[in-house]
Amino acid sequence: MKILVQGVNHRSASVDIRERLAFNGEKLEEGLFGLRKLPDIREVALLSTCNRVELYACVSNLPAAADSIKNFLAEFHGIKRTEFERSLYNLSDAEAVRHIFRVSSSLDSMVLGEPQILGQIKDCFDFALNKKTTGVLLNKLMKKAISTAKRVRTETRIAENAVSISFAAVELAKKIFTNLAGKSFMLLGAGEMAELAARHLLNNGISGVTVVNRTYDRGCELACEFNGRPVRFEDFLTELVHADIIICSTGAPSYVLNRDQMQKVMKERKQKPVFIIDISVPRNIDPEINKIDNVYLYDVDNLQDVVDTNVQGRRAEAEKAEAIISEEVDKFLRWMSALDSVPTIVALRQKAEEIRQEEIGKFLGRFPDMDESTVKAVDYLASAIINKLLHPPTVALKDDSEDRDELIATIKKLYGINGEED
Amino acid sequence: MELAFFEAALTLYFAAAVVSIMELFKGTKTTSRIMMGLTILGFAFHTANIIVRYVNAGHIPIAGLHGASSFFCWCIILLFLFLEYRYSIGLLGSFIMPMVLVLMLSSAVLPRKIEQLSPVLQSYWFGIHTVLAFTGDAAFALAFGVGIMYLLQEHFVKSKHLGGLFHRLPSLQTLDEINYRLITIGWPLLTLAIITGVIWAESAWGTYWRWDPKEVWSLITWFIYAAVLHVRLIAGWRGRRAAILSIVGFCAVLFTFFGVNLIMKSIHSFI
Repeated sequence: MKILVQGVNHRSASVDIRERLAFNGEKLEEGLFGLRKLPDIREVALLSTCNRVELYACVSNLPAAADSIKNFLAEFHGIKRTEFERSLYNLSDAEAVRHIFRVSSSLDSMVLGEPQILGQIKDCFDFALNKKTTGVLLNKLMKKAISTAKRVRTETRIAENAVSISFAAVELAKKIFTNLAGKSFMLLGAGEMAELAARHLLNNGISGVTVVNRTYDRGCELACEFNGRPVRFEDFLTELVHADIIICSTGAPSYVLNRDQMQKVMKERKQKPVFIIDISVPRNIDPEINKIDNVYLYDVDNLQDVVDTNVQGRRAEAEKAEAIISEEVDKFLRWMSALDSVPTIVALRQKAEEIRQEEIGKFLGRFPDMDESTVKAVDYLASAIINKLLHPPTVALKDDSEDRDELIATIKKLYGINGEED
Repeated sequence: MELAFFEAALTLYFAAAVVSIMELFKGTKTTSRIMMGLTILGFAFHTANIIVRYVNAGHIPIAGLHGASSFFCWCIILLFLFLEYRYSIGLLGSFIMPMVLVLMLSSAVLPRKIEQLSPVLQSYWFGIHTVLAFTGDAAFALAFGVGIMYLLQEHFVKSKHLGGLFHRLPSLQTLDEINYRLITIGWPLLTLAIITGVIWAESAWGTYWRWDPKEVWSLITWFIYAAVLHVRLIAGWRGRRAAILSIVGFCAVLFTFFGVNLIMKSIHSFI
């Protein structure tokens, strides 16, 4: 039994190919069953997300299975093999296990350390488990992929610190204000990035949103969307007094807020701290404002710097994560190779048990009037001898040695076991 | 016995201070637990030391700079443990324990003899006045530590240097609130200490106020903290300015405590 991973991800394939190979909705079940029916495939699971399409399988014949999977994909998706073959990676054994662990631990993700992939992996295996397309090997692999990911999460800082601008803004807000609940928030102007940041803030329990926009109607629309209050652009300075967090992205060619104005505002709000995020280019808020006490101004470059530093931090942590993964891959491979000897051990035990029963039967035939306690004693004696005799070969088979394949063959020969595996 | 307890406490505080400084550079849950463990153990020995001294002296053992400074540390740690228990402010220990260590070391080098109170001073006012003053000062000591933490964190946010310490220090709002709360604890205690001192002075010496340097400096300290509270309520001075004022205030506390005794002549020379 071999483990095989085939797939495409955001690095190996263009979005066009990924789209065409994706197993969305009902296609997932169909694809899973179709793959399971291929001759060399024993177990299979399918992962299909926007950044990757991968299948994990246990196969009896690697090259044959790899080939039939490619044919299946081509046929299933109605796409020529030559179109995707170059983007498709084909990994087996240790490389395959390592790949799965790296994916679940988010080392293979576009945003290093992002948390969603673990959930997606869980769903993918759960689905396959429900549809009964997996078995001992993939189930164990799935458990290990999840526990490895959790180990990476707790033992490294790979998932710490924001790596997107809007998350960085929320993180900063939390270091200025302990709790965002009850803080009021002003959206000055609209823009995609400002809206995204606003949404993140709202998810963190912020209340009281005011939306200021040059075109009042657009402001009303946005306010409606965020469950907030529209304010006319002319009135924004008076409203500023009540805002604890301000996100600014107007299209104004110059500053809409200068130091003197802000100083007055601060006096009026009794120096309560303000966090201002200016994501407009050119900047709309005089950078001098940052010098006022209790005013914290960040522009888009500042936030980008924060993100860059955090990304670098995650890269450093990724190296630690790779070491953890190597360790877990080794453990898994050891478990898997121990699996090879299991059928032989079972067969050996079976053979011994047959002999024991046969001999006990003969014995009872020869001495029919034996009382029950003596029969029991003889039975016990026979079991004890068998167990003692079989103990060393069993231990040797379970032991993780390099010449195990030879050992399995020798034991089969010595004990006259010739049943095929599985 | 009393000496052994003191040495044990000093050693444990020393270890705690070292761990707490390590925590600043590379903190984990384990380092902070070790630091707290050492502090609590040291505090137990310290308490034993103070009880033994109390029994030997027959009054609160703060006569003499050794006893005074040691008791001051004890109050600080007590309040620190309470704050940790109540709010568990990350890294507070790293700013408190080194300060405690310095105070304890100064206590260790100062003469340890238990001074006998002169008969005129032997009254229950002694206990009330000193305990009020010491707990008030302990609150100011913690406010000083929290103030430094605030200034550091504020510097990180303003200058956009968001390194490891930024992530581990509490938020600005938390630090500012705790600083404020500590001063609202310390200032009334100091007020009461001054009032009881005045009453006691009248009963011991026959005059309420003699413009003794210790009295003057206590009054200066009192005015500084009164100003902190006043401008906060009236003009909303908070954050950086409040933190700076609480640091200045604590310098005045330390001067009242040690400076007056070492530099000036004071009738308060027993502590």
